[in-house]
Amino acid sequence: MIERPRSTLVELAGLTYGYGSEAVLEDIDIAIGCGEFVGIVGPSGAGKTTALRVIAGSLRPAHGRVERRADLRIAYVPQVETINWSFPVSVRECVLMARVGRDRRLPWSSRAERAQVAAVLARLDIGNLADRHIRELSGGQQQRVFIARALLGEPELLLMDEPTSGVDVRLRHELLHLLDDLHARGLAIVLTTHDLNGIAAHLPRVICLNRRVIGDGVPHRVLTADVLERTYGASMEVLEHGGMPVVVDSFRRHAPHPHAPHVAHAPHASDAHRSETPA
Amino acid sequence: MIDELLRPFDFEFFRNGLIVATMAGALCGAIGVYVVLKGMSYIGHGLSHAIFGGFAASALLGVNFLLGAGAWGIASAFMINAVTRRRVIGSDAAIGVITTASFALGLALFALFGRAGTNFDAALFGSILGVGADDVIAIGVVSLLAGTLIFLRYRALLFTTFDPEVADVAGVNTARIDALLTVVLAASILATMQVLGVTLIAAVLVIPAAVARMLTNSFARMLQLATGIGAVCGFVGMNLSYHLDVQSGPTIVLVAATLFAAVFFATGINGRRRAAGLMAS
Repeated sequence: MIERPRSTLVELAGLTYGYGSEAVLEDIDIAIGCGEFVGIVGPSGAGKTTALRVIAGSLRPAHGRVERRADLRIAYVPQVETINWSFPVSVRECVLMARVGRDRRLPWSSRAERAQVAAVLARLDIGNLADRHIRELSGGQQQRVFIARALLGEPELLLMDEPTSGVDVRLRHELLHLLDDLHARGLAIVLTTHDLNGIAAHLPRVICLNRRVIGDGVPHRVLTADVLERTYGASMEVLEHGGMPVVVDSFRRHAPHPHAPHVAHAPHASDAHRSETPA
Repeated sequence: MIDELLRPFDFEFFRNGLIVATMAGALCGAIGVYVVLKGMSYIGHGLSHAIFGGFAASALLGVNFLLGAGAWGIASAFMINAVTRRRVIGSDAAIGVITTASFALGLALFALFGRAGTNFDAALFGSILGVGADDVIAIGVVSLLAGTLIFLRYRALLFTTFDPEVADVAGVNTARIDALLTVVLAASILATMQVLGVTLIAAVLVIPAAVARMLTNSFARMLQLATGIGAVCGFVGMNLSYHLDVQSGPTIVLVAATLFAAVFFATGINGRRRAAGLMAS
């Protein structure tokens, strides 16, 4: 039983959502509080993105209740794979989209808006890229553009769908530091991830989801062999390193070939990453 | 030589046709930017065929063409919009059924009851001869409507076109924006049908936007360029139509296609890469 945060931003209660007759989420109870930093993990098709969309309000549930604090400002950063990188927008044009529906209706931006865009881009270390086309950037810079767009909307809750999908270790570290900094400034963040060791284990709260909530709490209580097996349907071992859980794939050959060369089974993060996304 | 080029301006029908063709090119160029970037080209193509059914029915019933075909077109637009958003069945298949059935109905009505004095070929391929003052007023009203929509809802249209899901979360009523865009598209097709013809309107929606995309990476500049390119193609195409004695629709489309080919080769690999991205969207 998860204690309800003192100041709740969004609460899903007894929520069920399905595409057609098939339920993707069933009987979900999740509350997101002010200033929380939450990671949602689970196998492909577990309903992580759907849960994020329900929290964002772009999907309406079939059953159950979704309550958002009145006037809550939510920003959503989609998976980079869903972005049309050929769309003709510069970084500035892309970030300015966040000002839609604000006081100004004119097509062109005001001096104040341009200053705000420049400030948010500088804060994310991409201030020199404002006039570049979004496709001309590196993976990390592209991710920052969409975070900049989200931040320009001055959100209280930032939702990110697979922000580390397809990025290398250095970019993952950069992103984690950036999100940590934003969280330290009071922004509530909910992200989905496949990366148990690189991301989820570093967060204050992890939700294991596979159609239902299997586990919810601090990583060392949630990232356990039992919860992970029930979440992923595959056995995993959980070690401890520096006080943090480290998930390793416990796959073993049934009968090693007698002439096969000996290969040490290193408990490496990437092994766990592969193991959690069954084909 | 100059006298020969200016001679058609002595005729009122040509002046009307030239105004309508130039405005039609500009209007389709601007709306076409949203159509191609949202991957709605097949909707534009289908909608123009659907409106032909309304054109035939209103001609036979003696109803004003703009009112009859307009109501038919708006109804088709809402139906297509609903099918596309709800994804009840595959949108390509549903739109194909709705629009081609409507087009076939138009052809069948003309075959069964005769053409009742209506210029059948003009509706299909466009003609300068049938353009009157009411067509000038119609294209003016639709252009004003489209221009107002683009000016006042520029940011919401851009956000919805680029990233509809996030736009929805940001508070944009994307369903309403899509509906407005589809209605303006239907009205644009209706207002330009006399000059361009239902079978060729889709090309005037797509080509100026594609040419503009090859020339720029900025959305705002693409919108301005496509509007200008459409207007120039309409103006030049209508003049050529008179002098070559070829229907206006094909001539305008051929001018646009020639410009596309020239820009395609002139912009080299960069232009081709941008155009390839456009087709993929």
